[in-house]
Amino acid sequence: MMRRTPLFAAHQRLGGKVIEFGGWEMPVHYTSIIDEHQAVRSAAGIFDISHMGEVLVSGPAAARFLNQTLTNDIRKLQVGTGQYTLMCQPDGGVIDDLYAYQLEPETYLLIINASRIEPDWAWLHSQAQAFTTPDQLQLKNVSDAMGAVAIQGPKTVEFIHTCFSKPSTGGWSADSPTALAKNQVAQFSFQGKPVWVSRTGYTGEDGFEVVCDAGLIEAVWEDVLAKGRAHGLKPAGLGARDTLRTEVCYPLYGHELNENTTPIEAGVGFFVALDKGEFTGRSRLAQQKEQGAPKKLVAFKLTEKGAPPRPGYAIWSAGPNPEKIGEVCSGTQSPSLGIGIGMGFVTPAQAKAQTPIQIEARGKKCAAVVVAKPIYRKAN
Amino acid sequence: MSNVPAELIYAKSHEWLKVEAGLGTVGITDHAQHELTDVVFVELPQVGRVVKAGEACAVVESVKTASDIYSPVSGEVVKVNPAVVDNPALVNTEPYAGGWLFQIRLSAAAEVGNLLKADAYAAQIAGA
Repeated sequence: MMRRTPLFAAHQRLGGKVIEFGGWEMPVHYTSIIDEHQAVRSAAGIFDISHMGEVLVSGPAAARFLNQTLTNDIRKLQVGTGQYTLMCQPDGGVIDDLYAYQLEPETYLLIINASRIEPDWAWLHSQAQAFTTPDQLQLKNVSDAMGAVAIQGPKTVEFIHTCFSKPSTGGWSADSPTALAKNQVAQFSFQGKPVWVSRTGYTGEDGFEVVCDAGLIEAVWEDVLAKGRAHGLKPAGLGARDTLRTEVCYPLYGHELNENTTPIEAGVGFFVALDKGEFTGRSRLAQQKEQGAPKKLVAFKLTEKGAPPRPGYAIWSAGPNPEKIGEVCSGTQSPSLGIGIGMGFVTPAQAKAQTPIQIEARGKKCAAVVVAKPIYRKAN
Repeated sequence: MSNVPAELIYAKSHEWLKVEAGLGTVGITDHAQHELTDVVFVELPQVGRVVKAGEACAVVESVKTASDIYSPVSGEVVKVNPAVVDNPALVNTEPYAGGWLFQIRLSAAAEVGNLLKADAYAAQIAGA
């Protein structure tokens, strides 16, 4: 049974082309991926991210529990801030990557991937049962009760403050959403009801994400669209979300991350706090950080005209006797650069920037080069 | 509403065919280009390749995905359109003109009878 977000009717009214994504019926685009991609890079776009999951973790032991369960150091947070973090198995394989926000002194909100809600919840539940002081901890899966949108792009700051009442009533103390710094989160009022607004996103652009009751999200969507249209805001689908994140090399669970891949291998070791004490997966991650990992995620771009790289395509070394050195996990035609780009895992010896490689599409090898991340960087 | 020119014939898989003097020109329909959205890469068959009706022999790629293009008829590829390789967007902007893909010398002209006339194809995509 396919699931729909509370914005499904809104997508239909806008003529969105609906596809299946991780068990959800979601709009892949409304006009075209390139059109929506350019809107976000040059003006603004609004995305339905209501399919993502939300888990509330609260109680006197919430921080201690999360620091044992997640890789980043939750003690770096204060009320009204968030961090990117990962949840690993004991062997370091990634169960999910997520955002953790501290909403109140003893309340944390986890934003998890849509496709991972069930495994995450099962894992968190089992970890909580094994926790030393379960009576000081409450976990609540509020995924079905919450809706969310992301408003992304350089023009977002021109209108986002007109959508919400000021000042904030929870989280970071801010006069308006535009007063939030990157990774800060605050509660504002929308039509008299509370919404959480964070300065975060998945596009490489400045932007905000809004989480609120599922019943309120359509009114938020309509209001933001109405106020942003004059600033170039367009509704944007999952297609543009994927090209935007690929250009800036943000990992997507199921592509760059999975249970057989560690955060170190996937290049997100920065979000693994080995110095914070024991946590699930620590020993393997510490060992990889010290001794190196068997595979490494690299970004690449084609250096000649060729088919856009796609997940599963083989990566070959360059030179007279090419060897298969890895596989593409994300790839597309970059709308910003006009060439094929992607990410893939290769052997560490081939992972240095400027290493020439080849991407095989339908039996044809195309010249490419390993590049530093991100592949696309905004010109200032 | 998609444009379905009356003078062409169509495959269920959304290719159009125009036959003149035993030569068939093949492209994808307006409906197909609209569904694929921005075409960013086109791969065409080698001239001289012999294909069967229904055989995948070209690839049209959008940002999101690669789609096989099937030859509506059997025969030998005698010409391909280099303009769509240089400028894949032609498939979107001129699907029935500058966006044609390849030309084939029909080896079994009777196969044309298996394809759809414009009204039948229009009915197919209206029901989709």
